[in-house]
Amino acid sequence: MLSAEEWGIVALSLKVGGSAVLATLPVAFGLAWILARYRFPGRVVLDALVHLPLVLPPVVTGWLLLIAFGPLGPIGRWLESWFGMTLMFRWTGAALAAAIMALPLMVRAMRLSIEGIDRRLEGAARTLGASPWHSFRTISLPLALPGVLAALVLGFARSIGEFGATITFVSNIPGETRTLPLAIYSALQVPGGEAMVTRLALLSVALSLGALILSEWLVRRTHGERARHGD
Amino acid sequence: MAIDIDVAKRLGERTIAARFTAGPGLTALFGPSGAGKTSILNMVAGLLKPDRGHIRIGERTLFDSATNLPPEARRVGYVFQDGRLFPHRRVRANLTYGLDLARQADRWMGLDEATRFLGIGHLLDRWPHSLSGGEAQRVAIGRALLAGPEILLMDEPLSSLDAARRGDIMTVIERIRDELKLPLLYVSHDRAEVDRLATSVVEIGE
Repeated sequence: MLSAEEWGIVALSLKVGGSAVLATLPVAFGLAWILARYRFPGRVVLDALVHLPLVLPPVVTGWLLLIAFGPLGPIGRWLESWFGMTLMFRWTGAALAAAIMALPLMVRAMRLSIEGIDRRLEGAARTLGASPWHSFRTISLPLALPGVLAALVLGFARSIGEFGATITFVSNIPGETRTLPLAIYSALQVPGGEAMVTRLALLSVALSLGALILSEWLVRRTHGERARHGD
Repeated sequence: MAIDIDVAKRLGERTIAARFTAGPGLTALFGPSGAGKTSILNMVAGLLKPDRGHIRIGERTLFDSATNLPPEARRVGYVFQDGRLFPHRRVRANLTYGLDLARQADRWMGLDEATRFLGIGHLLDRWPHSLSGGEAQRVAIGRALLAGPEILLMDEPLSSLDAARRGDIMTVIERIRDELKLPLLYVSHDRAEVDRLATSVVEIGE
């Protein structure tokens, strides 16, 4: 069905997408928690910054990453001299671009589920002897879990579909940064590449559709749960 | 055990203030809706911080100008108006939530004893959303008792129940008062309820 090269592309995409969402997960949860629970000066700015990758042209996001994480960029230079690590033209750079693009979607999904938690349950837990941390672990986190899972799935789908920021930041290198969308783009440039385009495109559709259905199901499960408690 | 309460708290335009002492038995905080009765319970439980005053139970100070114990250190049980069971835990896990957190020395009731006392043994494997109002309120009472409290706060625990269930739960409350001899602070706006249950009454006005 798929050639060895195409399997390689799929494997790379899964590696990039998986690393991106797993690395983003704690950051996105922290941001979602802060935005859902706290009122502070600068909250609107933080909210806008988080959402920026959603509305910015992806090529601009890629260019900003290039400036920040390139060999001469402030973060890139620091990573290079301290850890000997470069992200440019590497799959890790592709994962970073995907992570930045997935962040707003993940924060939104988690924030909704955090806002849906009945905070009075946390108060009840405290009167039963739970410290704030214990109450978070045993009450808030489990109740937010469906939203966290939905965020993972959505973020993953967004990550493996990332194109603009990726190609700008880490270019289109076979075996290193050529993920599914970049491979489709490349195959389109090659005469006779139509069959490969079709296969990879169908695969993309299947992956994205599966992710959407799964996340919708997770979200519905949460809302159903809540409806039954008359909230 | 004497309960000594003197608190004041400004909430928006209103000032909620109460000063009373309560002895053993059931002390009813009686007054119209909106008089701040629930806020007083929340202050005793540590969920709402008074602007000034003190809250003492026996020799222990829960709150004064120098002290403000967090809710988890107060040993004040709380039965809420709406039960407030944890929706993602079965009845058994709701009941043992506070039991597992309580120090061995503070526990005075075990799971078996509590389920027998409240007649909820057959509910242990159920989910909260499948319980009737009366069943949920029994579980909420059990959950609070199992955490080993020194006093129990009840915020209109009968208000969401029909007449038959009210009678059942009132019997349970009387048994907590008379058999377990746990001091109770009980919020209500229903005269008949207070007449039947209260050892003493504190009027909370506007």
